[in-house]
Amino acid sequence: MRGLVATLRAYPTLLRVGFAEAIAYRAETIVWMLTNTMPLVNLALWTAVARGGEIAGFRSPDLVAYFLGALVVRQLTGSWVLWEMSREVRLGLLSMRLLRPIHPLVAYSAENLSALPLRAGFSVPLCLIALAVAGFGRLAHDPVVWLIVPPAIAGAWLLTFLTMTLLGTLSFYLDQSMAFFEVWLALYFTLSGYLFPLDFLAGRAPWLVHAAHWLPFYSMNGFPVELMLGLRPAAEALPLLALEWGYVALFAVATTFAWRAGIRRYEAFGA
Amino acid sequence: MMGRLRYYLALLWMRVRTSLTTGMQYRWDFLVSLVMAIFWAAIALLPLWVIGGVRREVAGWTYPEMVVVTGWFILLKGLIDGGINPSLMAIVEHIRQGTLDFVLIKPADAQFLVSTEKFEPLKMVDLVAGLLLLGYGFRHLGRLPEPQHVAAALVLLVAAATVLYSVWLLVVCVAFWVVRLDNLAYLFMSVFDFARWPVTIFPAPLRLLFTFVVPLAVMTTFPSEALLGRLDLTTGVAAVLGSAFFALIARAIWKRAIGHYTSASS
Repeated sequence: MRGLVATLRAYPTLLRVGFAEAIAYRAETIVWMLTNTMPLVNLALWTAVARGGEIAGFRSPDLVAYFLGALVVRQLTGSWVLWEMSREVRLGLLSMRLLRPIHPLVAYSAENLSALPLRAGFSVPLCLIALAVAGFGRLAHDPVVWLIVPPAIAGAWLLTFLTMTLLGTLSFYLDQSMAFFEVWLALYFTLSGYLFPLDFLAGRAPWLVHAAHWLPFYSMNGFPVELMLGLRPAAEALPLLALEWGYVALFAVATTFAWRAGIRRYEAFGA
Repeated sequence: MMGRLRYYLALLWMRVRTSLTTGMQYRWDFLVSLVMAIFWAAIALLPLWVIGGVRREVAGWTYPEMVVVTGWFILLKGLIDGGINPSLMAIVEHIRQGTLDFVLIKPADAQFLVSTEKFEPLKMVDLVAGLLLLGYGFRHLGRLPEPQHVAAALVLLVAAATVLYSVWLLVVCVAFWVVRLDNLAYLFMSVFDFARWPVTIFPAPLRLLFTFVVPLAVMTTFPSEALLGRLDLTTGVAAVLGSAFFALIARAIWKRAIGHYTSASS
């Protein structure tokens, strides 16, 4: 209990430190943000396809709104904790973190969250401008839906972070956990609606669309974007939100157990 | 002149062999990399497969033709990741740590030493994946590429590799002044990502940008058109001449930069 209170009191400071670091290395942060070109590349492709007519109900302005939304959500939920963790476990740097009274996972989360204001502050206005060009009419009209959007995005961030740390615990056991992560990343790209809206698959594999809505990937990107674009009425959105937070709880438990088991192994090697 | 060429070829083979032996030590890694490369090639196909279900063609390219472009993209990516990127990243690290002098002190041309510092044969598995995609595309078309088209495509591959290499060389020249550059590597790859689709799908201003300013068109669209037999002679010749010109400029800038290089100690 004392540990929890201490952590809560330290968290704002951790966030401030992380934010200061992000500002100090602002050129690097901006370059990292600019490397997220994938939605734009896909936008180029799909608008070219849409020139011949609509696809699954999406016309060119809808596509612009969708992929910009996907970009914003990615900026807000993106996490690199897997690489950090792998590196620190491999090089034994995790020992430094273990010496501190703050749980390493909490420290990672603070570093991640503190970079968000800079990333969002840069990309969100740009996307808003571009959206204004594409037409605000594309966005959702129901205020209830907009109430659901923040918890959806928060859940997406948590899911991304927790799944990354869960995969990161693999580095306690394997040297090359990257292959597993790449498979996960590929599934994320295809099944979350990041590469293209999930409804596009209806033309080739309609069963996959239904199945994908049950998987955690959809909650990580497609769900918040579709909410913001008014593609999901409130009645449909609430059960999906519950599913998303169910997954958050599941991965939180899984990560806790995986971390404990992994740390025991790490310390056993005398690092 | 021939003696010099033989000397450099022998040196090149020695450098490649060193990187090969270090890379091939981990046979399991090699197998995993190969499987992952094929896996990612399949993922790259996914959007095209989805399009194939809704459209006959996009911006003048049918599904198998777009597969050919993606195949070239992956092939080139393998070339960059395995042959060009590692050396230049190693050099940036040398500059940062001040050990570039140990590289330059060897009795060969500085640009050669810098460019052959390190290869990663493991990443070259993308070449295999790219070739598989090309094969798949042509199987879908139901024909084999004609020999003169293959020859033209190979010439343009050399041109594409030259352009890519020159861009990287310029990046290293910048590293002499702005030392931390690994981010720019990722930035370049993100811009290069636009080359995975044929350049005609972009609206006119972007198409001009990607043909003349950041020549992505040269890198993937032109070789694909050559292989498919759609490239006209003037465009092909212009692309090759443009690449050669670009390479010469890069070499001139390199000579300037290395001339101004003051070593870390002294």
